[in-house]
Amino acid sequence: MKWVRNKLDQVRKPFEPGEKYEKFAPAINAFDTFLFTPNHTTQKGAHIRDVVDLKRTMITVVLALIPALIFGMWNSGAQYLYQERGLASVFDVPFMDAFIEGAILVLPLIIVSYVVGLTIEFIFAIYRGHEVNEGYLVTGLLIPMIFPVDIPLWMLALSVAFAVLIGKEAFGGTGMNILNPALTARAFAFFAYPLYMSGNAIWVHEGSTDAVSGETILGALASGTYDGSVDGAAASSVAFSGPAPSEASVLANIDFYDMFMGFIPGSVAETSALMVIIGAIILIATKVGSWRIIVGGVLGGLAMGAIFNLFGTMGSNFIEGLVASGQITMEQVYNDAGAVAALGLSGWDATLIELGTNQLFNFPFWQHMVVGSILFGVVFMATDPVSAAQTTKGKWIYGILIGFFGILIRIFNPAYPEGIMLAILLLNVFAPTIDHYVVQGNVNKRKKRLNAAKAQLQTA
Amino acid sequence: MSKDIRVRRGLDLKLEGDADKTIVDAPRSAVYAIKPSDFHAVVPKLILKEGAKVKAGEPVFYSKYDEPVKFVSPVSGTISEIVRGAKRRILEVRIQADATSEYVDHGTIDLATADAATIKTTLLESGCWPFIIQRPYDIVANSEDTPKSIFISAYTTAPLAGDVDFITADKKEAFQAGVDALSKLTSGKVHVGVGTDSALGTINNAVVHKVKGPHPAGNVGIQIHKIDPINFGEKVWVVGAEDVATIGNLFLTGKFLAQRTVALVGSEVSPANRKYYRTIIGANVDTLVKDVNTTETRIISGDVLTGDKLDNGQFLNYYSNTLTLIPEGNEYALLGWLPFTRNNIPSISGTSLSWLKGGKSKVDTNLNGEERALVVTGEMEEVLPMDIYPMQLIKACMAGDIEKMENLGIYEVAPEDFALVDYINTSKLEAQEVIRLGLDLMITEVG
Repeated sequence: MKWVRNKLDQVRKPFEPGEKYEKFAPAINAFDTFLFTPNHTTQKGAHIRDVVDLKRTMITVVLALIPALIFGMWNSGAQYLYQERGLASVFDVPFMDAFIEGAILVLPLIIVSYVVGLTIEFIFAIYRGHEVNEGYLVTGLLIPMIFPVDIPLWMLALSVAFAVLIGKEAFGGTGMNILNPALTARAFAFFAYPLYMSGNAIWVHEGSTDAVSGETILGALASGTYDGSVDGAAASSVAFSGPAPSEASVLANIDFYDMFMGFIPGSVAETSALMVIIGAIILIATKVGSWRIIVGGVLGGLAMGAIFNLFGTMGSNFIEGLVASGQITMEQVYNDAGAVAALGLSGWDATLIELGTNQLFNFPFWQHMVVGSILFGVVFMATDPVSAAQTTKGKWIYGILIGFFGILIRIFNPAYPEGIMLAILLLNVFAPTIDHYVVQGNVNKRKKRLNAAKAQLQTA
Repeated sequence: MSKDIRVRRGLDLKLEGDADKTIVDAPRSAVYAIKPSDFHAVVPKLILKEGAKVKAGEPVFYSKYDEPVKFVSPVSGTISEIVRGAKRRILEVRIQADATSEYVDHGTIDLATADAATIKTTLLESGCWPFIIQRPYDIVANSEDTPKSIFISAYTTAPLAGDVDFITADKKEAFQAGVDALSKLTSGKVHVGVGTDSALGTINNAVVHKVKGPHPAGNVGIQIHKIDPINFGEKVWVVGAEDVATIGNLFLTGKFLAQRTVALVGSEVSPANRKYYRTIIGANVDTLVKDVNTTETRIISGDVLTGDKLDNGQFLNYYSNTLTLIPEGNEYALLGWLPFTRNNIPSISGTSLSWLKGGKSKVDTNLNGEERALVVTGEMEEVLPMDIYPMQLIKACMAGDIEKMENLGIYEVAPEDFALVDYINTSKLEAQEVIRLGLDLMITEVG
């Protein structure tokens, strides 16, 4: 260890103040401080300091991401191989085959993300003369985890560059950004390259070919073609008890267990609710992620889902009423749009028909939590302390609203079935406003106290 | 009517090296010094020159912007040296002490009949006035003010700090006299914060508050905030507990006896020497600790969170009851950022397992990281038991936004209240310095 230290001191000699490469000191410091916590002592203020620093905090988040990442690698490989080899389910793929295939698919994404992002971070650190902040360690890992596995590497590189330059450095670097950088990258790609970022074909490697289908559950729900299992009373609702399609989709065998464990197609590493929950436990136990935001987000999502379920059930009951009264047959509801139009329904009644047959509205609210990446987003993205609300009360409001809007966008706008990305970005923008009003409450309390003191002075 | 204070948020750092509850006399120092830097924002104007003879209690300099406030020699002797720094700023006025002190006599005053003006004049003339600190701003009180109330904290929570409750235990009579005198100077009341089983619980002429909770519950600022928070335009005075007894002694004996009881603490003090020492304000640290290797050990006059770094042969601070010696931490730590490692350092972070480890810790002065942008939120609130948003206030101070600072409660805080923020924050932000600069800005802009 002593030897390593001495070697390092030798290497960094030209970078010391007054030497030739002084300007590039942040670059060498980034490597040096990664190996050794420096020997700096306190010069002012408290003479002793806690052991926690930003490196430790960020590494903890990376640790929390690892289970989801490892699972994501396996799942990416397994989802592809089981279809390509014509097997019955993902479990028939040998574990190592799936994992290696997944690693081959995912590792290039991670490498491109880190290389492009860290290069920009280093350049800015040298240019601005500050140390390299550790924030990108997390962002750089998050970005590949939330992209579809087949994203061309140059698109990923462009998205990363956009996120770091426009999302972060333009606002002044780490700690100053308004939007979550990882989601900025995804949003950029989503709107710049929609063909590669949404639709039915891209969520499994080579998903657009005939042999492999790249559909997600949310996509199927949005188009009303989901034929997998649904739990609870919703299973017998109008939306889910329709006639089976002539050819079963790859989602036909999926049940709640698969959704929870994450054996479903999706972005690289967001599918497993279990792995996300393990990550959440790490974040909450280490106090690195705010439990208020996580709990708020889940509660908000459940509440919004329940509200929509209520409307779905109303629609379902309305249709069943129509069928019972003999005005229309259930068969016609599913297959004969003309017969539905012939009923001449208008206003609320027409809406009820729509609601009753909409799969997203009728999908059980608690099952909404395990499909799509709402859980991943709430645990790993919403809790980014820089772009989140900063006050305790604000964090509750922020979390709950993310859950609310996440499900709202998912259900209302089938073009963006994964609404959580947009919900978090929206609330990122509103977080300072939320904080402003929370802090203003404290300010008003203080002003009220001052006025009371003044009034007392006048009467005295 | 007493109002008990229960503080929940905070952090008690259990460190190695606390002092035994025994008081011994420290050897008499050959040279004493008064340091104008101990009196924040005071601009000193010298009265005496180098070589002048002084009695104990004779003014040496006064405050340029508040002339009645005088600063006196703690002992009798000769002014041996006036140490100046950059721009001829006075750093120390050193006094070569006589073998025994000869005091200026102000005559005893019967506190039962004395009026406020007499008491004030005596305090100003005797040199006891600098013991009175004004909040907001944490500066020496202005001699023309009448405060809303006066607060005394006799409850110690700072890590390893000398327990003022123990120090004042045998000075109860003087303490009572001090409280009697101070109670005439305020339009409101004198509030005394004490521990749950303190001997000072029976003090008259004051409202006694029983305080309980982790550090910073003992900080007088926290107690003011809980009892009677400071509003814009209001002034509150605070006096250290031992200083109240010194003020009391002034009226009982007519002399300014500049006694200071100092706890010698810290892991670098040999256990046999960890005691309370009776000494005099401004004594040389050499009388308590000898020839410390300052590259390996740090001498701190005050506690580890708020004290001042001293060198060998320098002098004790005017106000503090503690002298701490801890190891310097100028060493590298291999992969020191790994979570759940280095658990010997107490921490509120979940990335450390220090809560599993009981007992006392030995800490050094390593920064344990590097300064970074403010990223983590919610941690400062955990150690600041006030109805104040610390991070927002710090950011307002950094930006110099006076209106925002006022709105967020700058008048209610002092740097020492943010000492634990210094300690715990992930970004290694110098919160005490930021708050001090913010307060200084308020002094120049608002006054």
